[in-house]
Amino acid sequence: MNDALIPQIGVVTQIRVETPDVKTFRVVGLDGKKPFEHIPGQCAMLSIPGVGEALFSITSSPTVEEYLEFSIKKCGCVTDWLHSMEEGQEVTIRGPYGNGFPVDTDFVGKDLLFVAGGIGLAPLHSVINYCRARREKYGTIDIVYGARSMADLVDYREILDEWSREEGVSVHLTIDNAQPEWDGHVGFVPNYVTELKPDTSKTVVMCGPPVMIKFTLSGLMELGFDRRNIYTTLELRMKCAVGRCGRCNIGSKFVCKDGPVFRLDELDELPNEY
Amino acid sequence: MKKLLKTDLDTLFQAIASRQTLYIPVEDAGKQAAFIPYAPGLVMSTALNTARSAKDLFFPQVESLVNFRMDGKHIEIVSAEAEAKPFVLFGVRACDARSFDILDRVFYDAEPQDTFYARRRDLGTVVTLACSAPEETCFCTAFGIDPAEPAGDVSVWESGDSCLFRANTEKGEALLRDLPLEDASDGAADAAKDAIRKITDLLPLKDLDLTPFGAGKTQTFFDDPAWASLSESCVGCGTCTFVCPTCQCFDIRDFDGGKEIRRYRCWDSCMYSDFTQMSAGQPRPTQKERFRQRFMHKLVYYPDMHEGLFSCVGCGRCLQKCPIHMNIVKVIRTLGEETK
Repeated sequence: MNDALIPQIGVVTQIRVETPDVKTFRVVGLDGKKPFEHIPGQCAMLSIPGVGEALFSITSSPTVEEYLEFSIKKCGCVTDWLHSMEEGQEVTIRGPYGNGFPVDTDFVGKDLLFVAGGIGLAPLHSVINYCRARREKYGTIDIVYGARSMADLVDYREILDEWSREEGVSVHLTIDNAQPEWDGHVGFVPNYVTELKPDTSKTVVMCGPPVMIKFTLSGLMELGFDRRNIYTTLELRMKCAVGRCGRCNIGSKFVCKDGPVFRLDELDELPNEY
Repeated sequence: MKKLLKTDLDTLFQAIASRQTLYIPVEDAGKQAAFIPYAPGLVMSTALNTARSAKDLFFPQVESLVNFRMDGKHIEIVSAEAEAKPFVLFGVRACDARSFDILDRVFYDAEPQDTFYARRRDLGTVVTLACSAPEETCFCTAFGIDPAEPAGDVSVWESGDSCLFRANTEKGEALLRDLPLEDASDGAADAAKDAIRKITDLLPLKDLDLTPFGAGKTQTFFDDPAWASLSESCVGCGTCTFVCPTCQCFDIRDFDGGKEIRRYRCWDSCMYSDFTQMSAGQPRPTQKERFRQRFMHKLVYYPDMHEGLFSCVGCGRCLQKCPIHMNIVKVIRTLGEETK
C-alpha cells in the first residue's frame, strides 16, 4: 500500500497568466484524467522534486470533470519554480486534503456573500463556480472582490464575461487606487462591504490577507452578522497535510485536516496563533 | 513466567540474534547508551536509560519516503521502500514503552495510517526491562506509569542472579517459545517489583501534579504571562525535542543526488524559528510562542486530541540534556501552581 505521503505524477497541460504574479495551472494525471475528486475549499500538495512540496487550494470547481486547476501567486521557492515552468511539465500531486466548505449542507438555501482580496479569490473560486453550477440549491450570490490594481484582479475575464452576466449573481469589484481605465469602485474591500450594507441573513465566505479579514469582520459585526454564518479558510505551513508533521496546528486543531475551512465561532474557540 | 541466569543473558542474545536483528542498549566511549544491533562481544548497558529514546527504531531520525528521476519535463517515481525484517528491541524502559502508545495514536491508529511507522511497529517485538534503579530525574509515575510493570510484548525483571520474563502479547509468547528459558512461578518477580516501588516512592518528582492540565485547558494556559519568563532563556536548540520519546514533528525534504532525487523525512522541532515560517508570515514569531507550543502540545493539545492522554512519559531526558536547565517539570510546576 502506498503511503499518503507518496504523490502521483500530474501533467501541467495549460498555464494561464492571471496577473503579474499569479498564474493558473491546469493539472491532469498521467492518464489524462482528473487526478482525484474534491470538495470546494479542499487543497492539494504540489511539488517539483528537488525544489519542494507546498499546499495549494484547488481553484477549479468539483463540477469540472476533466482536470484540477490551481491559481498560484509567486512568493517563494516552490511557487517561483512553478511560475518558471512550461506547459507539458510534470509535477507531483497528492490530495485532496482538508474539510472543504459545507456546500451541500449549511450553504444550501442560503444567500451567499463571498468576500475576497487578491489571491484570496483562489479558494473561493471553486466554491463560487460550484454554487453557480448548482444554482437552484442556493439563494442570491454576491461577490465582493478587490485587489491592489486592475492588473491584480485574478480571473478578471471570467468574472466579467461569466459571473457578472449571470442572473442572481452580483459582482462588486474594487481596486485600492484609482486608475484611468477603471470606471468601477475604488477603495478597500472592508469599506466596500460596509457600504454595500449586505443583509445579515447572508452566509459569508471570506478569504484574503489578514488585514482585510480583520477589518471586514469588524464591519460585519457592526452590521449585526452572526459569527456562526461567517466562514473563512486558513493556511499555515505544512509538510505532510495529514496531521502528522506537527506544524499547522492552532491549539488542538490541525489546519490540514480539521480545516482549512473554519466557521468564525469555531475559530473563536482557538488560541490566536495564526 | 520464565527465568534465566543473568550470566546466561549473552547466550540468550545470541539465540535471538541468530533469528532476528536484536537491538540492545550499549554504551559508547562517552558512556552514552543507545540501541544498536547486537553483535557478540557487545555488553548491555546498565544505564537507566539510553541518551536518545527508543523511538528511533520505529520513527527513525531520517528515512526515505520515495525517490524521483527527472528527465526534461518527465518525472518518474521510484520506490524507496527498504527491505524490512522482523526485529527485537530489548531493554526498553516503562517510560519509552508508553511513548510507543503515544506515537501509535499519531502514526499507527490515525487515518490515513503512516505505513512506514506501521511496518516497523508490526515487525518489532518490544522487550521491556523494569527499572531497578530509577533516578532523581524520573517522573513517569506522574503519568500513571509503573516502572515495576513495564508494558511491551515481553516484560523482564532483574531479580537476584536471575532475569524473569513474562510474555504480554502473542508476539511476546512467540519470541519466548523458542528460547532457552526455565519455568518460574507467577509471583517470582514480586520481590523485585516491591523493591522498585520502594525506590519510586522516594523520588523527588513523584508528586508532580498534572491535574491542572489536560484536555480543554487551552484557554486556561495559553495567555498565561508566565510563558514569557519560562521561555526567556530558551536558546531554541531543539535538544529537548530530539531526545524526547514522544516528540513526533518532522520535516519532508528533497536531496538531489544527481541521478535521483531522494525525498526523505527527518525529525524537526517546533523550537526552531523556520518550523512555521511562511513567505506570508510567521504565526510563532518569537521563542515564547515556540516554547509555548511545545509544552501546550504535550500537556493540553495532545490530551485534547487523544482522550486526555499526556504526550510526556516522565523519562527525564530533557531535564538532563537542556543546556539552560529549563524543562517540562518547571513548566508544570510554575503554571500548575498559578491555578491553585
